[in-house]
Amino acid sequence: MTTTTSSATAVAPQKGKVLFARTPALTDTVTNYCPGCTHGIIQRLVAETIDELGIEGTTVGVCPVGCSVTAYDFYSCDMVQAAHGRAPAVATGLKRSCPGNTVFTYQGDGDLASIGMAETVHAATRGEKITVIFINNAIYGMTGGQMAPTSLPGQVTQTSPYGRDIETAGHPIRVCELLSTLDGVALAQRVTVDSPKNVRAAKKAVRKAFEYQIEGLGYTIIEVLATCPTNWGLTPTAAFGWLRDNMLPYYPLGVYKDVKAGEGEK
Amino acid sequence: MARIEVDMNYCKGCGLCVDVCPQDIMQLNSEIMTQKGYHPATCVDQDACTGCTSCALMCPDVAITIER
Ligand SMILES: Cc1ncc(C[n+]2csc(CCOP(=O)(O)OP(=O)(O)O)c2C)c(N)n1
Ligand code: SF4
Repeated sequence: MTTTTSSATAVAPQKGKVLFARTPALTDTVTNYCPGCTHGIIQRLVAETIDELGIEGTTVGVCPVGCSVTAYDFYSCDMVQAAHGRAPAVATGLKRSCPGNTVFTYQGDGDLASIGMAETVHAATRGEKITVIFINNAIYGMTGGQMAPTSLPGQVTQTSPYGRDIETAGHPIRVCELLSTLDGVALAQRVTVDSPKNVRAAKKAVRKAFEYQIEGLGYTIIEVLATCPTNWGLTPTAAFGWLRDNMLPYYPLGVYKDVKAGEGEK
Repeated sequence: MARIEVDMNYCKGCGLCVDVCPQDIMQLNSEIMTQKGYHPATCVDQDACTGCTSCALMCPDVAITIER
């Protein structure tokens, strides 16, 4: 599926200033995400961060089970595939055996907050020096739209056709709030990517998480409120509207833990 | 004035760039169908582009290159 086209590489010889181009930490592979899926935006922000920090050669990513399962094809850095939910455990091993490397996981809400909740909480409380990029789209994307632990009350999914019933399915999990109570966590921040302004803010957060890891401050997690237009049954633009109307009130954006908060940082 | 190039190999015609462009100069080109079967985005008025990069920031497929 590798493509060879001019524009990805042909920007250099022109005398004009390049305002935006693909970053080298992304391969030239076309992703298998659906049109308008925010996975593509978020994974690009991680790649840009890797290039800005100049750490592509020493970074190892762990891709999960979910729509980003083939992320090893999309990143130029080393990637390891983990079993469903086990990315933090794999990342722990990678980081402890090669502490000089930068290790990140890229996990969906089904992966991180359902089957992988134990690994997530324990890696966080152990203060593993890894960066977790958590894509919260309130649904299981890859398997066709089943209810996730993060699906909202009343949300219609394949497995909650009458809407999520709190009585039987319980309440959605607010991951950043939950993890922020743990001492091993250095940074827990929730962002979204529904506008250029928020994309820029999300990029800053991702970069900060990588920097905290490099400084050895502890476990860092950036939760990104994302869309799944396909399984939400909405156009990509309408999906952003649904995110703003329904997800933002339940999952407020913000910094939930920052060990450097007192040092004049944001 | 900036120059926008959309790589048709990557573009999936999702239209996020069309909606976000403050100058309203991005459109899906219904005359063209890409290899994957999408109508790709295209800039219909390069002269009006201010180089704000909003389209590229929102593009999930990193299909857009912008030069000044
Ligand atoms: C052990 C195991 N159980 C179940 C599955 C089936 N499965 C594949 S992807 C997925 C959910 C993925 O959802 P999420 O993590 O939210 O990622 P998204 O697809 O939305 O990006 C499940 C349950 C599996 N592959 N392995
Ligand atoms: S199913 Fe949803 S999360 Fe998966 S690629 Fe499609 S839009 Fe994205």
